[in-house]
Amino acid sequence: MVSIAIKTGVVDVLASGEFCSARRRLAHLLTMYGFVVYVVTTALLVFKYPTPATPAPAIVPLLWWVGGLMVCAGGYWFWFFIRADVAAEGNSPLRLMRADLFVLSLVGSVTLGLTWAALQANGSGAASFFFLLYIIGTTVLFGTVAWSKFAHMFFKPAAAFEKRISMANGTAENLPTLTRDDPEQRARHSMELLRDAPMDMGLGIKREPPRHY
Amino acid sequence: MPTFVYMTRCDGCGHCVDICPSDIMHIDKTYRRAYNIEPSMCWECYSCVKACPQDAIDVRGYADFAPLGHSVRVQRDEKKGTIAWRIKFRNGTEKNFLSPITTKPWGTAIPKLADVPAPSPEMRAGELLYSEPNYIRMDDGPLRTLTAAGLKMKKGVYY
Repeated sequence: MVSIAIKTGVVDVLASGEFCSARRRLAHLLTMYGFVVYVVTTALLVFKYPTPATPAPAIVPLLWWVGGLMVCAGGYWFWFFIRADVAAEGNSPLRLMRADLFVLSLVGSVTLGLTWAALQANGSGAASFFFLLYIIGTTVLFGTVAWSKFAHMFFKPAAAFEKRISMANGTAENLPTLTRDDPEQRARHSMELLRDAPMDMGLGIKREPPRHY
Repeated sequence: MPTFVYMTRCDGCGHCVDICPSDIMHIDKTYRRAYNIEPSMCWECYSCVKACPQDAIDVRGYADFAPLGHSVRVQRDEKKGTIAWRIKFRNGTEKNFLSPITTKPWGTAIPKLADVPAPSPEMRAGELLYSEPNYIRMDDGPLRTLTAAGLKMKKGVYY
């Protein structure tokens, strides 16, 4: 049980191992780690180094910028190109619906935060306005956890753990457990046609992204 | 017996949307997960079930003729070139099947249509489709037998 929990934590959570598409996985890793770095450094800057009397080490604001830009890179990549509505259904990237609440408030909040920081650094008068927008965006992001996709940070690890448990106890959620890796199965009459075939046949329909709308 | 999606397994990749011949697998507007928009129009072709990389799609019987307890699940392992079925009956009987879905690595047996000579006017006017004389063995070639394919018949039912 402990080893399954560790595997779930390392493979499924930390490395986003459940994704089948490399692009989606990379975008998720960028956004997830960017957001973690961004949130941690935000908390440090707000609570540990709040005033000029307690200057933050240069690395902290730098990491804040890097984290924010990682969220923007992963988030906008997902938003404009990878999202199933766009990639698999051929809809416009600008078509909004409730499913967009999480990703839109995430990239919106971070983009507004970065814009506010850039404007404030330049001494622009618009900084206060963007700060207000940033606070609204961030409130929407965290205030809608129960109704938005943000909740996947809770249910996805639980589902991944449950999936691994079902494989370990043999029920496998009723999925077939026979594979060609088993020599006994390779000896079956039905498998004779694959006797000389390579064990890795490559990808079939997954060689192409699902984009045939 | 329409398909349905396990929401926690689905990652909204769109393979089922892409493959559904009935165009009834769509992405949900609230959760960005796949769902069957019109179960009564599903003809149980299992295309989405087999295409789903996350094994997130299942097929369920209507409660009036297929009471709870049964299960028919399939897993298409492209890497190994096999398809496996696990069938659980209501009385506890379980059957497992494993079969090849291709004998050559994927993408190695795609016909090079550009290299094929254009059909003659007689062929165009004929009733046969492209490659039909060869592929349905209307030519004078030998009979396709188990022996010719390197197989042998065994007695009984084997699975």
